[in-house]
Amino acid sequence: MAIQEICAVRANEYLGSGLYRMVIKTEKIAASAACGQFVHLTCGEGNLLRRPISICDADSEAGTLTMLYEVKGDGTAWLAARRAGDKIDVLGPLGHGFDAAKLGARPVLLGGGIGVPPMLLTAKTCAKNSAAVTMIAGARTRDLVVLEPEFSDFDYTVCTDDGSYGVHGFVTDVLREKITGATGVAACGPKPMLKAIAAIAKEAGVPCQVSMEERMGCGIGACLVCACALSAKNGETRYGHVCKDGPVFDAEEVQW
Amino acid sequence: MDMTVNICGVELKNPLTTASGTFGFGHEYGEFFDLSMLGGIGVKGMTPHERLGNPAPRIAETPMGILNCVGLQNPGIDRFIEEQIPYLRQFDTKIIANVSGNTVEEYEGMVEKISAADVDLIELNISCPNVKCGGLAFGTRPDMVQEVVSAAKRKATRPLIVKLSPNVTDIAEIARAAVDAGADALSLINTLLGMRIDIEKRRPILSNVMGGLSGPAVFPVAVRMVYQVRKAVDVPIIGMGGIRTGRDIVEMLMAGADAVAIGTAMFADPLAPVKALDELTAWMDAHGVKSVRELSGAVEV
Repeated sequence: MAIQEICAVRANEYLGSGLYRMVIKTEKIAASAACGQFVHLTCGEGNLLRRPISICDADSEAGTLTMLYEVKGDGTAWLAARRAGDKIDVLGPLGHGFDAAKLGARPVLLGGGIGVPPMLLTAKTCAKNSAAVTMIAGARTRDLVVLEPEFSDFDYTVCTDDGSYGVHGFVTDVLREKITGATGVAACGPKPMLKAIAAIAKEAGVPCQVSMEERMGCGIGACLVCACALSAKNGETRYGHVCKDGPVFDAEEVQW
Repeated sequence: MDMTVNICGVELKNPLTTASGTFGFGHEYGEFFDLSMLGGIGVKGMTPHERLGNPAPRIAETPMGILNCVGLQNPGIDRFIEEQIPYLRQFDTKIIANVSGNTVEEYEGMVEKISAADVDLIELNISCPNVKCGGLAFGTRPDMVQEVVSAAKRKATRPLIVKLSPNVTDIAEIARAAVDAGADALSLINTLLGMRIDIEKRRPILSNVMGGLSGPAVFPVAVRMVYQVRKAVDVPIIGMGGIRTGRDIVEMLMAGADAVAIGTAMFADPLAPVKALDELTAWMDAHGVKSVRELSGAVEV
């Protein structure tokens, strides 16, 4: 169930290339946060709408939540200016996240760009279920690679589009090598990447969960703006909503 | 302190309702506060059949506002009556059923059907395109307003509120046409037509190119229009458009509204209705106002 909480910022660290890592103190939200879910943050008086940010990590014992975000506009710029001790208005945990149990004993997780952060809590959740996690992270270039030390506990491969770090190529190239024997695929990133991943998983007969993105309003399913075209059982189009029915959908259901 | 207001014989416990299209059928915000604290609930607008709505993107942020082109996504009136009314009736609040159609006959059918259901007030959305008139919105021409409202009124056995579009030259003229045709009350404003462009892609942000502007940005326009309509007609008015705070409610009432609706403000703060009501009572207390009805039309010009 979604909670509105005024949370204190613990840390807000600049990682370079417009990326930040924020840690907030939140007993209630951290305690119920699941992988693939997001929080909806108020970003200053001048920005009417909240900004949805994926949950990168949640520590229910410490009562902290970690988010990794990219400054894209006025809202995230406001967020980037927060300092330890500042208060922010948080709505969360929201949405339907990854089903770690369904990913099975040998899940392959993929993240592209700012889609990498939510895969950390997903990897940890799968590992807690004794799954052998494979993680494939993609970035445009070396400076945008994040969370390397955190993923080092897993079978981890990083690739860059320009070959400046790790494997030269796309996450899909690595997925083709690693998909044999996989029990489930979970991915977050740009839509073309998710589409390509879904096709590879389908060909290999491996169930695939994808985290979709859309311009969002209320974040709780009331305003109906963040529509995602899905295939209904009768083959017709229906619109699910990224904030409540998603952000994670079964890849087979999404109309690419 | 007396917070009750009367809309065509239906007593609301306080003047605050929710604006249709921003509140679904109440389930989501019901997780944040007790829906019984609202004077009324304006539910998501219904059409004769299920509507899927428009593709994404359906929203664009604007300075202190939003543009939306949801496209009236709704399960259809039958499922609303069957599935949602029993849920809403658990709460001690009034149900304002918002209906629309694309032809006069569809409007008639909708009003007939919803009149037979257990709702308190009917709100007629006349901002929809009239398919027999080249898609021009019903609410933009006095003759079309007259036609659709008088047809709806003949089928209505519950008070009929007509929701006015602000995308007109003379809102008073439209209000008079609606009241002459039998509207028991008026609600305004619906969203203002707007557009935004993604300059990097050189394309409109919204899938439908244009959309409806709401939020604090439209508040002064809504106050002005309520003021003009109050001077033109005598029926109750539900004022809406950009309301966020208790002070906004006071202002809208002073402009001439009898009740108000809050909408987009909830996207920023799910507890906006609760806070606005607290602020309203605090303001009344501080100003020695004993009945909220004293505020209606209290502006001195």
